[in-house]
Amino acid sequence: MSPSVPLQEMIRAIRSARTQCEERGVIQRECAAIRAQFRQADNGGRSHNLAKLLYVHMLGYPAHFGQMECVRMIASPRYSEKRVGYLGAMMLLDEKQDASLLITNSIKNDLSNSNQYIQSLALCTLACMGSAEMCRDLAPEIDRLLRASNSYIKKKAALCAVHIVRKVHDLGELFTKAARSLLTEKNHGVVHGAVVLITELCERNSETLERFRKTVPDLVQIMKGLVISGYSPDHDVAGISDPFLQVRILRLLRILGRNNEAASDAMNDLLAQVATNTDSTKTVGNAVLYETVLTVLDIKSESGLRVLAVNILGRFLLNNDRNIRYIAMTSLQKIVGTDHNAVQRHRGTIVDCLKDQDASVKRRALELSLALVSASNIRSMMKELLSFLSSCPPELRSQTASGIFNAAERYAPSQRWHIDTILHVLTTAGGDVRDETVPNLIQLITNTSELHCYTVHKLYRALLSDISQQPLVQVACWCIGEYGDLLLTGECQETEPVQVTEDYVLDVLETVLQSHMSSPSTRGFALTATMKLSTRITENVDRIRSIVSIYGSCIDVELQQRAVEYNALFKKYDHMRAAVLERMPVIEKNSQGHTNGETIKESQTVKVKPGEPQQPANQVQANAAFYTVFSIVATVTVYEKDGVTVTLSCEKQSDSGLTVTLTASNSTESDIRGFTLQAAVPKSVQLHMKAPSGDSLPARGTAKLKTRADMSEVYETKVSPVTS
Amino acid sequence: TPLTDREKKKVIRDMMMLVLARPPRSCNFLQWRDLKIVYKRWYASLYFCAGLEDKDNELLALEVLHRYVELLDKYFGNVCELDIIFNFEKAYFILDEFLMGGEILETSKLAVGVSMEEADTLQEEEKEQEEVGKTDKERFACGRGLRE
Repeated sequence: MSPSVPLQEMIRAIRSARTQCEERGVIQRECAAIRAQFRQADNGGRSHNLAKLLYVHMLGYPAHFGQMECVRMIASPRYSEKRVGYLGAMMLLDEKQDASLLITNSIKNDLSNSNQYIQSLALCTLACMGSAEMCRDLAPEIDRLLRASNSYIKKKAALCAVHIVRKVHDLGELFTKAARSLLTEKNHGVVHGAVVLITELCERNSETLERFRKTVPDLVQIMKGLVISGYSPDHDVAGISDPFLQVRILRLLRILGRNNEAASDAMNDLLAQVATNTDSTKTVGNAVLYETVLTVLDIKSESGLRVLAVNILGRFLLNNDRNIRYIAMTSLQKIVGTDHNAVQRHRGTIVDCLKDQDASVKRRALELSLALVSASNIRSMMKELLSFLSSCPPELRSQTASGIFNAAERYAPSQRWHIDTILHVLTTAGGDVRDETVPNLIQLITNTSELHCYTVHKLYRALLSDISQQPLVQVACWCIGEYGDLLLTGECQETEPVQVTEDYVLDVLETVLQSHMSSPSTRGFALTATMKLSTRITENVDRIRSIVSIYGSCIDVELQQRAVEYNALFKKYDHMRAAVLERMPVIEKNSQGHTNGETIKESQTVKVKPGEPQQPANQVQANAAFYTVFSIVATVTVYEKDGVTVTLSCEKQSDSGLTVTLTASNSTESDIRGFTLQAAVPKSVQLHMKAPSGDSLPARGTAKLKTRADMSEVYETKVSPVTS
Repeated sequence: TPLTDREKKKVIRDMMMLVLARPPRSCNFLQWRDLKIVYKRWYASLYFCAGLEDKDNELLALEVLHRYVELLDKYFGNVCELDIIFNFEKAYFILDEFLMGGEILETSKLAVGVSMEEADTLQEEEKEQEEVGKTDKERFACGRGLRE
């Protein structure tokens, strides 16, 4: 067995290993030696062996066999062994390990040790990895130490109490009194610990918070002392006296002043003083100013103070230090809702930060810019945002695109601007937009009937230059299908018209159909568009017919189905073709959950049996049936069995609903009594059935029962992805 | 709730990748999961990282990292990476006099230095006493293992 080497030699050996394999070899040998040593009785080198094991653990190798050794060493009377043993406990043990329970007793004993350094080891370990049971067990001991010991122990006991309160909330009650008295101590470490403990107690319990509000004057006093005191070498950092304590006190004041006028008043002067007197040339000063600003903005401060705080943030925005700019934006983000105008004043600087090199700063600037968009600045902001979109890092593109869409929807100064903006985004970042962009855009286009010509021209041109951006291609195909006739007239008021022939237009659609860049759903769009053109063009219908029949044997099942149905439309149902393919009606403007033009269009080609309840997947098709099929066919027989016939006819059709009449007749030889008609509709439709004219059906069709029913579409809040 | 060993390793690995990927002269803060990571690069190949909760002050965290390095520097006298590697347990002991349970424990540089001195002295004195108490035979037998 190789002799174990001292700690530092082992570290040297590991570091000089040239390969992973060599390193593993050294470590395995050492671990074997350490294991052997652990098994032996007490020997002088125990702490060194454990230290070696801890080093190995830091490198990522397994070290669980050292857990029991930690337990043993913690129980040792030697300080050196306790020191390493407790360190090992903090590194290797956590509350999930069984061994951690075994050290509870040692900790308990060590907490009462006469030597403060041994006490401190126990406190530290308890605060680091103490489980809930250990905390409950030892809490009274900690409380005792909070009161009756020296400053060194008091400050450690305070933070240990913080850990206990975090683990077992109820124990907070136990420490309230002691925490209060610790505030009056002189030692900064103790006061700091007390402030942290009080903060923790107040955050957990609102009653405790009420009680501690009384300490606001004391806290203000302490702060004042720190701010105006002269140089204190012990606690000075770049001219600021104990910034760590200052920041902690400010944070506690924030919690105490929140939603409370009196407390906020009491701290007003202090905050103003800190805000104006703190030196902001170094990070440490800015750290204190930052905390002050956060406090001012969160409590019920008077308006003058608020303005001061926002101005500090504005100054931060202009700071050369990137970190300061970053946190300025984070803070402004928090108040952009409440102090919108104040933040607007700094809009220019914020927008400039969009061009910063740093990715974190860019992200913050983006979020803040989007929050600052309003009706008055929409045009200039959008320019900036669009230019940002073309150069921003890829991980921010999707967020930018959806932010732009939201802003455009809320503040678009004109329809044309809106459409232009969306098209711009689709050309720049088409791959990063969300799925519902396509149906939303289509809806927007249909609703803007005066711009149909303009839109289709723009989209046609876009398609000519680039067919790789799928959302753009999908919308373009849809538009060409719908408004292709406007393209062919060669006239357009809003923009330069194109001079195209029907062949050119069909060429473009065919290119999309055949391109390997087109996704299956895009090709579906293209095929349907081609089909729609059959009623909008005059000369090349045959070409369309042949395209459609080719795709009748396409491998893609969706395309195949479409092609076959369109073929049928040409052959058997040619009389219906014009009506089926006519212009889409203006869609009711509504937020999510709305079926889009394309899906309604889609289901026109499916032979629907109207009136029968359909499964959710076919809801859309049922809707389509209501809107389109009923306008074509006057009366439909929906039920015919055992001599009872029920027909359904459409009486009134509007954008919001449909009224139908159900007529029942009886052709049997005997009367039917107690006849009730029940109808079911899919979830997306609401049905109101009026009372029928009677409940008996006389024989031989001498009279009929009529029931009127109103149906309207119900818009759901969620929608499953809409396919073309 | 404590994380498993594997989770801990993953956290360290993920965070390391993020921090090491940062270009020079970038902002010292980054967002990772629900934490804010503050990091400071020291001595070209040494990084100090801290994970903060949402309500913590990032600028102060930079000061905390700075303070810790100062403490190391005072203790080791012109500290360099190797000092930290070969005396890692001391680095932990210093940390335990400065922070506890994720919060700042002592705000005075001096006080931390004094505590470390006294604790080290305690350890030394204990060793000396044990040496005195040993027989010659024991002393020579254990000598090899004790030598650092």
